Amino acid sequence: MNTISTQDADAADLTSVMKLSERGWLSHLLRSQEFWIVVAILVICIAVGIMSPQFLSVRNLANILQNFCFIAILAIGMTPVIMTGGIDISVGSTLGLTGVSLGLLYSNGASFEIGLIGVVLIGAFVGLVNGVIIAYLKLAPFIVTLGMMSIVRSQTLVVTNNQVVYDFGPAQDMLIAVGAGSSFGVPNVLWAVLVLGAAMQWALTMTRWGKYVRAVGGNEHAARLTGIPVDAIKVSVYVLMGALTGLTAVFLVGWLGAATNALGQGQELQVIAATVIGGANLLGGFGSAAGAIIGSILIEVIRNALLLAGVNPFWQGTFLGVFILFAVMLERFRTARS
Amino acid sequence: MTLLQLNDVTRHFGAIKAIDGVTINIKPGEIVGLMGDNGAGKSTLVKLIAGNFPPTSGTMLLDGEQVAFSKPVEARDKGVEVVYQDLALCDNLSAAGNVFLGREIMKGFGPFRWLDHRTMRTRAAELFAELKSETRPRDMVRKMSGGQRQAVAIARTRLAQAKLVIMDEPTAAISVRQVAEVLALIGRLRDSGVAVILISHRMPDVFSVCDRVVVMRRGRVVADKAIAQTSPEEVTALITGAKAAA
Ligand SMILES: Nc1ncnc2c1ncn2[C@@H]1O[C@H](COP(=O)(O)OP(=O)(O)OP(=O)(O)O)[C@@H](O)[C@H]1O
Ligand SMILES: [Mg+2]
Repeated sequence: MNTISTQDADAADLTSVMKLSERGWLSHLLRSQEFWIVVAILVICIAVGIMSPQFLSVRNLANILQNFCFIAILAIGMTPVIMTGGIDISVGSTLGLTGVSLGLLYSNGASFEIGLIGVVLIGAFVGLVNGVIIAYLKLAPFIVTLGMMSIVRSQTLVVTNNQVVYDFGPAQDMLIAVGAGSSFGVPNVLWAVLVLGAAMQWALTMTRWGKYVRAVGGNEHAARLTGIPVDAIKVSVYVLMGALTGLTAVFLVGWLGAATNALGQGQELQVIAATVIGGANLLGGFGSAAGAIIGSILIEVIRNALLLAGVNPFWQGTFLGVFILFAVMLERFRTARS
Repeated sequence: MTLLQLNDVTRHFGAIKAIDGVTINIKPGEIVGLMGDNGAGKSTLVKLIAGNFPPTSGTMLLDGEQVAFSKPVEARDKGVEVVYQDLALCDNLSAAGNVFLGREIMKGFGPFRWLDHRTMRTRAAELFAELKSETRPRDMVRKMSGGQRQAVAIARTRLAQAKLVIMDEPTAAISVRQVAEVLALIGRLRDSGVAVILISHRMPDVFSVCDRVVVMRRGRVVADKAIAQTSPEEVTALITGAKAAA
């Protein structure tokens, strides 16, 4: 069929065009949201470090590196959701439900593995319900997950009957070791962030699924016309979000040593903030796992720095809010210029 | 040899006869202009051919074989591609990403497979070179001109080895210079043996690239003439109804 012949001149053009675009990695870096958030983190660290040297102590930095991880895993899961143009505000509640379910499974004698698999499945199920309603009934993700947020939080209260679970039966030692322990000098939960972040980044850039997630967020109608299974892709991102929420619950409950029904309350805002600060666009189409992780670090650094600087903790929300607005404006500025 | 044959095709939407007894034949490598006033049934006819929905009655033959599509994918598998004005590209993907959307080239070993970005970019660059378009495979569609977007959409059809490409108003929203570019692209499709149905409200476009013009009014074909045997004035009269049929 290709009877239109390619001339030699065109072939030469072709290679020069390819080279030209490969040279642009520096400008690419300067235009990336992740880069500027890293700069912001470094500036805050240096500034706070000068004001209160305690901030840069190994102990405090280790503390930050442990604490940001829970938000980070959730933000890694939130990235593809937001990239499809969706949102999941039920994550905080799901974290609560999976957390107390984990506690109840363990206090009733479940093995570590059974509990782990159990809560990942419970999280995935919540995500499945969200995803199916959003994709097939075509209801707005915000409203669907708002309803789910309420249902799941209420179920968390129902199943625990307002009790705190801190007896984890035979799985106790393993749970604490996983949630609070380290391997090769790095907290286990940080390993999880690194592995999940790398896996998500790879999935988003190197697999069909990742490309379709992007396409659905970019132009759902076009994606449908080209035969992409749009609805299945949408369901998949919510299921994945739910499953990762269940996994986070295992680390978080292991770290805290207790499962309370307030677990995860209000956390959805931090997760969404981290994802958006890291460059995900709420209109869909853009986002990266690396950005989500960096955004989570920024949030934890702000929280920690304000505490150490002795700022009234009531101010935390103000600073976080300012950074969200700043990140959105930065994104607007970047896309407008390029 | 006829590529596409529509015999007495009708499509109703409730009481509305959007398409009413249409018979058209299209040969390989032929460019047919499809004209008509708003609501004449052009888009409905295109959707029938592209497999968005089946006809209420009548038959459709592709390469002499009777077909009944119920999904666009089925039509695509038979070599029918549609270039939509601006609906079918993802702004946040690169040109190459769009050309290969839904038809990705994978690499890897065994069951482990991942996207082969390099090969897709190289293939896309070749397609753009064939089309003599200056579109670069890595560029985001978001930053492209209307003409370049058309080139991306047309490159998709080249990749699919389409036999019939349907273009719905490809020149409606682009600058004069780009119109020439798009018309040249259509010419190159013909040169490689692809048949094109060009829906347009612009008389100069139809008269500069088409071999034939089909005029529709209220769901019916009122004229089907070789370009050489008609004139813009006659076609205008047919569209408005000033002239009943020709
Ligand atoms: N899905 C549908 N349901 C009901 N009526 C429809 C549907 N699609 C088209 N029609 C009707 O069929 C007729 C033909 O519409 P069509 O969109 O094919 O016109 P057109 O020639 O493409 O017009 P335009 O130049 O405005 O694009 C119109 O009266 C329209 O209202
Ligand atoms: Mg139309």
